[in-house]
Amino acid sequence: MLADKDRIFTNLYGYQSYGLDAAKKRGDWDGTKELLEKGGEWIIDEMKSSGLRGRGGAGFPTGLKWSFMPRQSDGRPHYLVVNADEGEPGTCKDREIIRHDPHKLIEGCLVAGFSMKACAAYIYIRGEFVHEADVLDAAIQEAYAAGLIGENACGTGYKFDVYVHRGAGAYICGEETALIESLEGKKGQPRLKPPFPANVGLYGCPSTVNNVESIAVAPTILRRGGSWFAGLGRENNTGTKLFCISGHVNNPCNVEEEMGIPLKTLIEKHAGGVRGGWDNLLAIIPGGSSVHMLPKSICDTVLMDFDSLRAEGTGLGTAAVIVMDKSTDLIKAIARLSSFYAHESCGQCTPCREGTGWMSRIMNRMVTGEAELSEIDMLLDVTKKIEGHTICALGDAAAWPIQGLFRHFRPEVEARIMDYKKSRTAA
Amino acid sequence: MPTLTIDGIEVEVEGGSTVLQACEAAGIEIPRFCFHERLSISGNCRMCLVEMEKAPKLIASCAMPAGDGMVIHTKSDKVKRGREGVLEFTLINHPLDCPVCDQGGECDLQDQYLAYSGDDNRYEEGRRTVAKDDFGPLVKTVMTRCIHCTRCVRFADEIAGVPALGGIGRGDHLEITTYQEQPFASELSGNVVDLCPVGALTNKPYAFTARPWELKSTETFDIHDAMGSSVRADARGAQVMRFLPRVHEDVNEEWISDKTRQAVDGLKYNRLDQPYVRRDGKLQPASWDEAFDVIASNVKGKKIAALIGDLCDLESMYALKGLMAALGSTAIDCRQDGAKYGGKHRVGYLFNSSIAGIDEADTCLLVGTNPRKEAAVLNIRLRYLSKRGPIASVGEVENLTYPVEHLGNNVKALEDVLLGKGDFAKALKKAEKPMIILGSGAVSHADGAAILKLAHDIAEKYGMVSDCWNGFNVLHTAASRVGAMDLGLVSDGGVDGILNGAAKGDIEVVFNLGADEIDTARLEKAFVIYQGSHGDEGVKHADVILPGVAYPEKPGTYVNMEGRVQLAPRVIFGPGDAREDWAILRALSQKLGHTLPFDTISELRTKMIADYPHLDQVDQVPKESWAEFGVTAKASDAPITNLIDDFYQTNPIARSSKVMAECSSAYEGAQFVAEAVNG
Repeated sequence: MLADKDRIFTNLYGYQSYGLDAAKKRGDWDGTKELLEKGGEWIIDEMKSSGLRGRGGAGFPTGLKWSFMPRQSDGRPHYLVVNADEGEPGTCKDREIIRHDPHKLIEGCLVAGFSMKACAAYIYIRGEFVHEADVLDAAIQEAYAAGLIGENACGTGYKFDVYVHRGAGAYICGEETALIESLEGKKGQPRLKPPFPANVGLYGCPSTVNNVESIAVAPTILRRGGSWFAGLGRENNTGTKLFCISGHVNNPCNVEEEMGIPLKTLIEKHAGGVRGGWDNLLAIIPGGSSVHMLPKSICDTVLMDFDSLRAEGTGLGTAAVIVMDKSTDLIKAIARLSSFYAHESCGQCTPCREGTGWMSRIMNRMVTGEAELSEIDMLLDVTKKIEGHTICALGDAAAWPIQGLFRHFRPEVEARIMDYKKSRTAA
Repeated sequence: MPTLTIDGIEVEVEGGSTVLQACEAAGIEIPRFCFHERLSISGNCRMCLVEMEKAPKLIASCAMPAGDGMVIHTKSDKVKRGREGVLEFTLINHPLDCPVCDQGGECDLQDQYLAYSGDDNRYEEGRRTVAKDDFGPLVKTVMTRCIHCTRCVRFADEIAGVPALGGIGRGDHLEITTYQEQPFASELSGNVVDLCPVGALTNKPYAFTARPWELKSTETFDIHDAMGSSVRADARGAQVMRFLPRVHEDVNEEWISDKTRQAVDGLKYNRLDQPYVRRDGKLQPASWDEAFDVIASNVKGKKIAALIGDLCDLESMYALKGLMAALGSTAIDCRQDGAKYGGKHRVGYLFNSSIAGIDEADTCLLVGTNPRKEAAVLNIRLRYLSKRGPIASVGEVENLTYPVEHLGNNVKALEDVLLGKGDFAKALKKAEKPMIILGSGAVSHADGAAILKLAHDIAEKYGMVSDCWNGFNVLHTAASRVGAMDLGLVSDGGVDGILNGAAKGDIEVVFNLGADEIDTARLEKAFVIYQGSHGDEGVKHADVILPGVAYPEKPGTYVNMEGRVQLAPRVIFGPGDAREDWAILRALSQKLGHTLPFDTISELRTKMIADYPHLDQVDQVPKESWAEFGVTAKASDAPITNLIDDFYQTNPIARSSKVMAECSSAYEGAQFVAEAVNG
């Protein structure tokens, strides 16, 4: 259980103003100048020692990512790009950060940008976040007016700008290279890697793309020390994390918790428990729509962090916990996700363009049972032929929920198919 | 120089190569749809997946830079399964209409499916259909067949410079289409047909006329402009069905213009297939003997002159020159457009930098030329150049698909450049390999000789001529021109002098060898012998017509604008009684009592090479030494205008082509919609 003193997002629920004065009272922008004066190397080292892993889903160590940026500029400017295109179904943590604690993000942009010698941060915010974009804009203006960013950021003489760019509603633009393309004004389609953004990113310049939460926690980590953050959670899965609990719980919520908290504790403690009691639980998708679902038997004991979930064949993802009780038609739920991915595939590369639609069409038939038993294995084979063969991870993300369904609930699907067959012969 | 191990074979490749290229260097074929050597890498078809040790996933070999020590497997089970998956996905929405698809037999998807596919198709859901697009009169679209490799899109953006194509929609609703249903208005549009790996984009005029296995292919050269693009003529029986580009890195890379490709139906229409003699004011069919008799009785003792057309081969011009000499005349000229260059110094009328040399140049001055229309494929290289350095023009303002600084429209602008005025003159001064290109608009200007002199002086002043570089270039539009100049087929008054002489009665007989770009009204008085392949402008006022064959129907030597000698073989036989031009002249010479000293084409060539030894150097670009040419004169400020107005109607073959007429009405007159791109 996370103690209140270790909480980073102290205004997660918006009980206080998002404004600069209130933010300062919460500790934001405190000694930022001194942090910067310790130098970029120090910042990166602290981030490395904190063990912070990227909060956007992939869990790549943030400090290490920052250190990939060229140490010396070759004449091209460096950019920090903040991914606020939070589109993963079930995920709503960045929204709350921007809505209620935007100064954490802005300050994070400055320290992160400073450490990688970036001249500007571009915050690519999901188009649907109209209110949040307004709040963020207002907070940025406050920060400019207070001299915290701009020509002479925090009085350090470092010039740093923060821009907000609104997306236009494509899930794929949350993929880092598609986001860069979209930011450049092009069609949001992922780029081939290599080259990686740290070499050739935004406008062909070295860039780092980070999730909102990863950036927003950075100033607090630096102020309190990487060792403080590393002391929370478990080895290699350190710190605190925002969990978004939705679905069939009594009290859906966002909550900041220590990494490695048992899933059951997380739900019982913060979300008021599963609707109808823990025994009414059917399955949980623990990390946003694209990871494998877990049946109740695993949910009983599993810990919520990267490595524990990975050991169960799923992932922490964005820590968006989607709870499904026994009233749920799991096949329909996954079919809905499949149609989401088919709709959001950018269409650039063959396996994803053709495969997501194919999977979705089969899944839709399986909802009614209008399929053959042999098609289950075929469908799984199709997911395997998409997985790992695409330019970006959307293909994988589309394949995993289906694989998860069949891994744990194959008999249910088979029963559905047999029932349908029976109903047809009866008629 | 990274060294890789591919399927156990160690291979060293140049830095900057991709894994796919390394595999090819190791002799291993990698299937691909989207990758193309001359286009940017998109990596979207995923057909080229290979396994790289230490990488968790299969990698797209087309996009992965070759690194030292990489260990690649291309035949593992994982790779096999990956390819099978990609092919299955590619095919689920691809209609299996191969029997009615023109790509059948030369389809990458067919071939690769045969080689790399797994089981039968398991897809049983509904299939996507896509409406047809209008890509213009030359490209037929069946977009349901499209596999979204985006080669055509990248070609339009990067090579043609007409970014009219793109993908709209996403997921499996992605469609390749033209922007706002406008046609793909590029004079290079036909190349997307070659690029398309499936039958989505096919050759519209050729649709449903032949299957590739019925065709006999012959490697030859194009004569629709002066580039001498390498082409492959595909013939069935007595008809050339289509022209396709052949790779020639120094000339056309692997592109050809739409005229080169699609004027082929001009070989069918409007042909002269038997001799004609004018009797009672009307041209009437005649036998060869009758025609020769009429000529013999009208030529003896008369003052005779000869005109040379734009499509002639060297053999016929050499034979005509010999015949004229035997008849005691030197009044013979090839410069139909009135160009003012002389035949004295070869350097004064060649594209000296060579076409591939454009890739080395860093600054370019265009004078009186629209390379997009005069040599569309050459314009591609100028587009590349525009990304390295500035290009300026004197003459008309045209959309060349790249940014051009317009310096003025008359000689004054050239004088300013010579005097070092303006930013462009400064850029020329700084340039390491600057070049100047004189188009036919410049050299055929009334003050063409003065313009030549100015260009000559600019070339000298700005260091365009050195031991290893010659940036003085004349851009020709006629395939026969450089060859004719090499044979010295110029007279003092030029073509204009001959026509005026004929009008005045000073010249009584005119032998017209395929010259159709002249004002024939001035030939009314003279006795005119027209020898050519098509009933075009030249046959007006002709008294005798001798039917020659057109370019794919005869073996012929051509010299392109660089001075590159090219030997074109016969592809098919000509229609009816039409004969090879040199043979007609040889037969006529006998009738006139001045028998030319050769009986076969090889004897003719031996003699011709003895007279002009450089013609022996096939496919070589000679380095000519610098010389004085042009005339210092006070030039008028009359505007320099381009000669080619309609790209699709520049010669008798193109004018006889229905397809070219269709293109002309679709694109010319209506403005080219393309915007120049700077990217």
